[in-house]
Amino acid sequence: MPEVDVTKDEILAHLSEVKDPEVPVLDVVEMGIVRDVRVEGNTLHVDITPTYSGCPAMKAIADEIVRTLHERGFPKVEVHTVFREAWTTDWMTEAARRKLRAYGIAPPPERAGEANPGMIPLTTVAVPKPVPCPFCGSEDTRLTSAFGATPCKSLHFCNACRQPFEHFKGI
Amino acid sequence: MTLDALDTATKTALFEYLLRLGDDALILGHRLSEWCGHGPYLEEDIALANIALDCLGHANALLGLAGEVEGAGQSADDLAFFRDAIEFRNVQLVELPRGDFAFTIARQFLFSAYAHLLYEGLRESTFEPLAGIAAKAYKEVSYHLRHSSEWMLRLGDGTDESHRRTQQALNDLWMYTGELFEADDVLHALVEAGIAPDVPAARSRWKDMVTTVLEAATLQLPPEPPYMASGGRTGFHTEHLGHLLAEMQFLPRAYPDATW
Repeated sequence: MPEVDVTKDEILAHLSEVKDPEVPVLDVVEMGIVRDVRVEGNTLHVDITPTYSGCPAMKAIADEIVRTLHERGFPKVEVHTVFREAWTTDWMTEAARRKLRAYGIAPPPERAGEANPGMIPLTTVAVPKPVPCPFCGSEDTRLTSAFGATPCKSLHFCNACRQPFEHFKGI
Repeated sequence: MTLDALDTATKTALFEYLLRLGDDALILGHRLSEWCGHGPYLEEDIALANIALDCLGHANALLGLAGEVEGAGQSADDLAFFRDAIEFRNVQLVELPRGDFAFTIARQFLFSAYAHLLYEGLRESTFEPLAGIAAKAYKEVSYHLRHSSEWMLRLGDGTDESHRRTQQALNDLWMYTGELFEADDVLHALVEAGIAPDVPAARSRWKDMVTTVLEAATLQLPPEPPYMASGGRTGFHTEHLGHLLAEMQFLPRAYPDATW
């Protein structure tokens, strides 16, 4: 079988058409899920990293990556899950943050990966900053639940415009 | 350090160790998932389902790695669904029936504090694939610990009834916490090799963490029980594990090739 002749940028361009099934405005490249792509002989290897260990979307994403690349004419595609370094919302691009906000989901704070550790113990936890409302921009909001419809999101309520909203948690 | 660099004795110990960690996460995840649709209110139903999902994710990664280390071609699913109770290596704490909400939260709190210590140290494992899984899991159990800590505070410092039930749960659970800190040859060998953190040596840190929250929650540290339960790590379990496995394993055993 002939060697595959394709640049990394071309592969990434194809992969930017693969959306996150849970947050369909984002693609897997701008989310930082795609860690590396490389060609070895006739095989295209794609390394992906899970946003959360048990994220059920990862299987769907891996299948979609294979399907998309097959469609673009690459018959042999292997998707590998890599854990290290652990995925952080810091890898999300600025464009991804803008898209999230426009979609009605408050984006994660910047540099959450560095700031995150202060989760415990309870009595030494810094009070988290209020998440600005994605609809009206008010900071007069409160956390309703640290867990949402998907592992990556938390639930909030805006006291100003009286709207519930989701927030992509910083991790 | 990668898999190829390990000698046979280390691989054997590591396989055993990964089963312990993976089985803890798997069985706890199953118990938490039993709340799905039964949570006290919608947000908590979702929270427990989310935490269960994280646990199952940890189990999947750890048991998958166990299969690779063993090198006999067993997948994470093979290990989860085609072993019997005596082959499971989880602590008895995680297999106890879910009980009432206070019992579930108290167990989750005690286990999350332990898991936080465990993964914190495991991030520095010299065995790279395990360090990677731990780095991910550490971030997630931080959320679990915070969540269960906040609930301990609300339940303990809540109504007379919530206080009573939570204290009761702690007292009932305490004799199952010793197993989390047991040391044996498997652990010694891996600590020596820099693969596993010495969690038993950090037991007083765990107790400090737990005590801080209990005090804030007006709860009492349970009295030292006459003895600590033991045996899960060597396959001796309560009668509850068999029932749990019967439910968990029924489908894959009845239809081994089922996919969806």
